[in-house]
Amino acid sequence: MLKADIKLDAKGLACPMPIVKTKKAMADLVDGEILEVQATDKGSKADLAAWARNIGHQYIGTIEENEILYHYIRKCSNDINVEKIFEYTISNEEITERPGVILDVREEVEYAFGHIEGAISIPFGELDARLKELDMDNEIYVICRTGKRSNMAAQKLANAGFDKVYNVLPGMTAWTGELTKNI
Amino acid sequence: MTVNTCTAADVARKVIEKKELFILDVRNSDAFEDWKIEGQKFEYLNIPYFELLDGVEEILPKIPTDKDVLIVCAKEGSSIMIAEMLSDEGLDVCYLVGGMKSWSMYLEPIKVGELPNCGEIYQFVRLGKGCLSYMVVTDGEAALIDAVRFTEVFTNFAHEKGVEIKHVFDTHLHADHISGGRTIATATGAKYYLPKADATEVVFEYTELADGLTVKLGSSKIDVGALYSPGHTIGSTSLVVDGQYLFTGDILFIDSIGRPDLAGLAEDWVGDLRETLYRRYRDLAEDLIVHPSHFMNIDELNEDGTVAKRLGDLFVENHGLNIEEEDEFRTLVTENLPPQPNAYQEIRRVNMGKITPDNEAQTEMEIGPNRCAVR
Repeated sequence: MLKADIKLDAKGLACPMPIVKTKKAMADLVDGEILEVQATDKGSKADLAAWARNIGHQYIGTIEENEILYHYIRKCSNDINVEKIFEYTISNEEITERPGVILDVREEVEYAFGHIEGAISIPFGELDARLKELDMDNEIYVICRTGKRSNMAAQKLANAGFDKVYNVLPGMTAWTGELTKNI
Repeated sequence: MTVNTCTAADVARKVIEKKELFILDVRNSDAFEDWKIEGQKFEYLNIPYFELLDGVEEILPKIPTDKDVLIVCAKEGSSIMIAEMLSDEGLDVCYLVGGMKSWSMYLEPIKVGELPNCGEIYQFVRLGKGCLSYMVVTDGEAALIDAVRFTEVFTNFAHEKGVEIKHVFDTHLHADHISGGRTIATATGAKYYLPKADATEVVFEYTELADGLTVKLGSSKIDVGALYSPGHTIGSTSLVVDGQYLFTGDILFIDSIGRPDLAGLAEDWVGDLRETLYRRYRDLAEDLIVHPSHFMNIDELNEDGTVAKRLGDLFVENHGLNIEEEDEFRTLVTENLPPQPNAYQEIRRVNMGKITPDNEAQTEMEIGPNRCAVR
């Protein structure tokens, strides 16, 4: 199973309960955390995706295993203040032509549902602990979904002494190339 | 205020009697746009239930208080929740028992024709899906045409009428809905007929519905004759009852014609479709009353809720029968095709007897509108 911060068991419940419970559970999550909703109601997939879109949360995807649907949603609020803009940026298109490494700082689940082939996955929250996995000699293109987490990650790397770091814009939402999946 | 219930049968009466109804459909927008309860005087508001979890105050001004209000969802759970919320605000509303699922399954039997010696023809209108099935009833015996999968509706009806089902016809291998024909035939000992050309992959015994075949029904010996009319499928065969009624299956509808692509062979079958509609049918008596196995649009219903029209009138009014140029006809039926029906390939496999999903799975497969026609 994929990694989630909170798991919600909505198995055996009929519509509208999976959504009602999801809404309640979401209140306990911190921004950026992942909720896994386990459900057996087939209609829950379309409804959860539409509900999340409506509220502004990120519906990441659904896996079906043994008749159980596992939905992944990432809590988002739209008022994240970007305090400081990292000055070195690079476009989605440019990174495919450059020799450096792509660092994907989205959550593991988001990465699993689709990433650029060869991208290294280190979720933003784990970056401090895993800095030594990165090679300072490489150019590093930091990517996330919309450029916000990668902006913060790029600053963190720069503060840690990495001097060839770029924030990739606009990020995975606008990625039109091939996607690799781990599900 | 109390929350009232409304059954699919109640809604069917409103459709047929062209009553007014305000429908608050709380399914998600994609589902609503794809398929909803159609009525000539119905008004709609689509707001997904999950947008109303915090309250219904915002939509109160949009809900009329001077007409019946029906809350609809997929199965009924969400509509009950929303109906209760509206009721708490003082509104008098009802919800559809069983939701769109029950609407999809509801059959309304309506008498559409008479035969010598008190014989009758009944049309079973599946309003939610646009399927039409028929029972020809004579003294003591009955024949079924294109019966849908709610087999007890037909067997119970035959029982009420005091007739024995002797012949069960499928005009073709259906792709949009699951046939009840074989099940009924097995349960009643009736003969089950299917065109051989459509039956190449079926895994059960059947009687060939061949061109020119005639069966006699009841002691009045009502003729039920088969006329090969390919084009929707390669085997599609029409039935003529008592020289008065033409059952066209999915070849010719009231305001559209059959599509040739659901078995994957649009290019090959378009010529057959043309041949059937522009030559074979032209040789028939114009006074035959056409009874198709589908309707697409609520406007195709007659005043009394039936779907039937004189063949001669269709030659004049149906656009699909009035395309002079073969090339133009070919373009219409191969390039303007609507999306294919939900799960149509699986449904074909069920009708071949290759898979036997449970009732729940069959319901899922049949969700959504039928899409057997091109206009």
